[in-house]
This record gives sequence, C-alpha cells and structure tokens, in this order.
Amino acid sequence: MQAMQPAPAAAGDVPLLEARNVSKYFGAVVAIEGVSLEVRAGQINCLLGDNGAGKSTLIKMLSGVHLPDEGSLAVDGQEVRFAAPRDALDAGIATVYQDLSVMPLMSISRNFFLGNEPTKGFGPFRRFDSHKAAQVAREEMKNIGIEVRDTDQLVGTLSGGERQTLAIARAEYFGARVLILDEPTSALGVKESAIVLRHAISARNRGLGVIFITHNVQHALPIGDTFTILTRGRAGGTFKRGDLDVEELHRLMGGGEELEELQADLEMLARREELGVEVPTVPIGESEGIGPDDGRLRGEDEPS
Amino acid sequence: MAMTQATGATNPAPPSDRIRRVSATSRLLGRPAAGAFIIAIFVWIVFAILSTVGGSDVFYSVDGTLSYLDVAAQVGIVSTSVALLMIAGEFDLSIGSLIGFAGIVIGICVTTYGLPVWAGILISMVLTTLLGVVNGLIVVRTGLPSFIVTLATLFIIRGATQALTAQITQITYIPIAPAAIAADPIAGLFNWSIGNFKVSILWWILLAVIGVYILGRTRFGNWITGVGGSPSAARNLGVPVARVKILLFAGTALSAAILAAVQSMTFSSSDVLRGQGYELRAITTAVIGGCILTGGYGSVAGAAIGALALGMASIGIVFANINADWYLVALGTLLLVAVVLNNWIRRRFAGLR
Repeated sequence: MQAMQPAPAAAGDVPLLEARNVSKYFGAVVAIEGVSLEVRAGQINCLLGDNGAGKSTLIKMLSGVHLPDEGSLAVDGQEVRFAAPRDALDAGIATVYQDLSVMPLMSISRNFFLGNEPTKGFGPFRRFDSHKAAQVAREEMKNIGIEVRDTDQLVGTLSGGERQTLAIARAEYFGARVLILDEPTSALGVKESAIVLRHAISARNRGLGVIFITHNVQHALPIGDTFTILTRGRAGGTFKRGDLDVEELHRLMGGGEELEELQADLEMLARREELGVEVPTVPIGESEGIGPDDGRLRGEDEPS
Repeated sequence: MAMTQATGATNPAPPSDRIRRVSATSRLLGRPAAGAFIIAIFVWIVFAILSTVGGSDVFYSVDGTLSYLDVAAQVGIVSTSVALLMIAGEFDLSIGSLIGFAGIVIGICVTTYGLPVWAGILISMVLTTLLGVVNGLIVVRTGLPSFIVTLATLFIIRGATQALTAQITQITYIPIAPAAIAADPIAGLFNWSIGNFKVSILWWILLAVIGVYILGRTRFGNWITGVGGSPSAARNLGVPVARVKILLFAGTALSAAILAAVQSMTFSSSDVLRGQGYELRAITTAVIGGCILTGGYGSVAGAAIGALALGMASIGIVFANINADWYLVALGTLLLVAVVLNNWIRRRFAGLR
C-alpha cells in the first residue's frame, strides 16, 4: 500500500465523538469496562482487539444500538444519549457493519436509500422517487470509484468490497461526520481490502472522523493516526502513529505469545530439516496466510 | 420500477468490466414475477388440452374463464397481503381462521343483534384487523418466529370462533336474510355480479394493484423489502421495523375480512368453518409468485398470477372430467415446479450466484 500520507494537520481541537469511561455488562459478563475512545475530524482511529475483546459492543454503544451501563458519550464535546440507531445517525455518526449493512436481494439504488427514500407527490400520492434514487446512487458510486451501469442490479451481484463501498458512499451522502467501519476488511480479499482502506483514507482526507475496527494489524498500521487497543473488554491503551510496530501491537492485543510460539515452532522445524532429521509431515504449510485474511473466506450471505 | 438505462443524462462513463450487457428478454425474466407468469400460461395450456381431450370446450369459453377467475379471486384477495408479509420475512398462518371469524362476526351482528348488514361488515373488519395487530404485536414483542405464533393463533381463533358461536347461536352456520343483504347500501360492494362476472374478481385485481403500488412505488414498500432482507440492518438504517411488521399483519387480517364479506354476502350466510386451508393456499400463491421463505424478495403481481394458476387448476380439473380428488396432486406439483423454476430464474437471470 503506497501513498499513505499522515493525517492532515488540521485535526479538530474538540473530538467529534468520544466515549468516556463506558462500561457494558450482559448479566455477569463484562463486555466492556471503563473504556475511553475518541476520534477527531480528519483522523483515523483504529480500534484493535482480538475476537471477543468487546469491539462490537463498544461500537454498538457508539452507534446507538446499546446504551452504556456506565460512562457517557459526547459529540463535539457535548454529552449525548443515543437511545436508538436513528439518534446516532441524526448526530452524523454512521456505522458500516461488516455484513449487515446491505440487502443482497435489493437493488443498488433501493439499498442506497433504504430508510431515507426520496419522495415526490403529495398526500396519498407521495411516492418513492425511483428516478432520483437511481441518479443519485449512480453519481455517488461514481464519485467513490465504482461505475454502475444499472442501479436496478441487485446488490447480491456485487463483490464484498463493492458492497462495503456502497455502504460507505451511502453513509457519506447522508451527512456522516463520523464513519465507524466495523471489520470492513475481514471478509475481503487482498485487492478488495486495499480498496476499502483507500476509502477510509479518502474519507479522512475529506475531514471525516473515522473509527476503523479490525483485528488485522497489517491493515490498521498503514492508515491509523491513533490506535486504541481492547483486550478482554478493557482498554489496553491508546497510541499515536509511529509509537508502535507490528510486534508490539500484536502483543498488546494479547495474541503476541501465540504468534511467537508459532514462530518458534516453525524455526525448529526448519532447523531440523537442515540437520537432515526425519520430519513428520505436518500439514502446516497448507494455508498461505495465517491471518483470517487469506482472501478466500467470504462470509457473504448468498440466497439459497 | 423504471427500467431506466439513464444514458445521456449523466455521463458516458465506461461501464464496469464485470457487468455484461443483457438482452431485454433476460431483464424481463429477471423480474420476480416471471416464473408465475410462465406457470400460469403452462397451466392454462395443460388444462385447455385436458379439457379438449375430455370432450369439453368450457375451459376456454367466457363462462368457464369467469368461473375459474372467481375461484382465483377468492384466494387472490388474500394473496397480495400474504405476499407483502412474506416479503417482510413473516408468515400469517392464522388467516384461514380470521376468514371464519370475520364471517361469523357479520352473521352474529346481523342475526343476533339485529344490526344492519353494513354495520356488521364494518365491525367485522375492525375486529379482524385488531386481531391482526395482536398477531403482529406478539411476533414483534416476543421475537418468536411468526410461523409458530400464528400457528398458535390459528388454533385459538378457530377454536374460540366455534365455541363462542355455538354458545351465542347454538349453531355454527348462520344464515343471513337475503332481503336484508339486497336492501343494504354497501353489501353490493361484495356480492355484485353480472352473469358469471363476480365483483370478487375486481377486489382481487384492485388489491393486487394497490399491493404492487405500495411495494414498488412507496417508501413503505422499500421498508417492506428491507425489513425482510435484514431486520437488523433495516433498523440500523432507521426503518421502523416493528411498525412495518404490525401494519402488514393488520393488512392480512383486513384482507381476510374483505374475503369474508364477499363470501357471506354472496352465499347469504356465515360459517365457522369458512377459510379452512386458505393460509397454506395463500402462501402457495405467494411462493408461485416468486416470494422466498426467508423474506426480502418477491412480487405482489406474481402472487396475484399465482392465484390465477391455482384457480385454473382447481376448476380445470372439473372441466376436464378428472376426479376432483386429484386437485391436491395438481396443486402440489404446481408448487414444486414453480419453486424449482423460480429458483433457477433467480440464479440465472437476476445475476445472483
């Protein structure tokens, strides 16, 4: 990934969106405890954590799906209370969920405007303005870099990256100031991940605040301005760009030891081979990538 | 749904290299109603041949056509609302019992309480619609599958209708005085006819047109598809998911009440057993019409055409001098063929893998 410039200097003084010491419990389970997070205009904050670290719960609080049990949220420094996703949307906070944001069996333009349909006519004759919907959807998709010939095409015919792109374009069109991207690259191949990362950067360059959730350090490092780490529901610290490298990030996320162990095992195998010792054939080399991002895992819901 | 290519207006952008240009035929076949259309034509041809072989030309005479249109209309009146509900990802199995309930309410209002027929019809519509709202509320509040919830309310409503009717009138079949119906200002809306052309056919078409308009041309229609596609995503985008579902349950109940009014005005009676089997027949028409069981996809026009196919099959068998016992065999076969065809069409022409 080239052309990853640092953030524009003009990052806002007041954070666009803050979580202040928020906690969330589900019965006896501590989902999130005492976590703070902020994102400023023109910044990308990467929220890093392993599966089960509480990333989803945290963003569900930021996007109005859950209310925090303790702590508070603030928009532009003002304390707010999001009782429903609509409240967060109205405050300019748009969340793009990894797989739940688009309907595969609806057309591109209908997906684009779901919940915000343009209408024409009055009273009982007020109806969906499909012409305008098609026109705007095509235009916005083009701005973000995807040519759509036919906006009546079902979203199920788009690739995973294109679906993410549609969701991002939609969020920006409807006035998002903060874009929360929930594991946007986890189900994507290498090339498509790069496209989505590029969208995150260009959104930041247009002055949006971006919260980028991932467990993939390779995706977070090149684009993040700040990094907030979650381990087992608690804050593992917030770091500035340049303060950390890949190994440190992995260690902080709690997966460091496992990866080091793996490394050690691999080295031992290699050494034995050099010495000509008979090595039992262990099929470790079968997957090219150890991470979840080898480009073949595609959790798209296909119609059956 | 405008099939706009919208060239010229905006830009001569180079098309994506992953999109093939497709023929007009393919685009037509990509519509959800395409399968139902093909099925209806197929059924017509089959029964035209069978009845000709059986030595009768009634099937394609005007009278024969009008008689299967009336049968199609009976189920068609509820097909539209059932299809909309299925597109929103829910079922209403209680619809058969609601038809019986609505008819009995008219009967009791008119005979036991001496109300005018029009008042009976209005009260029946209001009460039945309220039961639909209750269905919707239970589904939305409990989050249980509507299949189970409305299976339960199917038993409850059918049972309560029988028990209460027996208690109030001592009989389960209530004749309504034909004179009272003839003198009523609105009864004609439900039993008017010229020869074999019955007003039920107009109700079927009217409701289908309204359904097509709502689904394709209104915000609410977009919400219906969105709610069926993914309730959580729709909610996250600000769609009032619960309200959409409850309104659709109210809609199926209201359509059941309309059908009940048509039946009781036409037969001058109401009967607790009316509407039996309609729940599954209505779902059958919706499935023939391209609705999928998981929701988020389907067609109201398709469901209306599905009702037509059903009507042709049930009357066609009689005209072809085949024992009517074979009707269910034909119905089941029709359903299977339709599902396979719709599945194939969806994969092949709507571009979904």
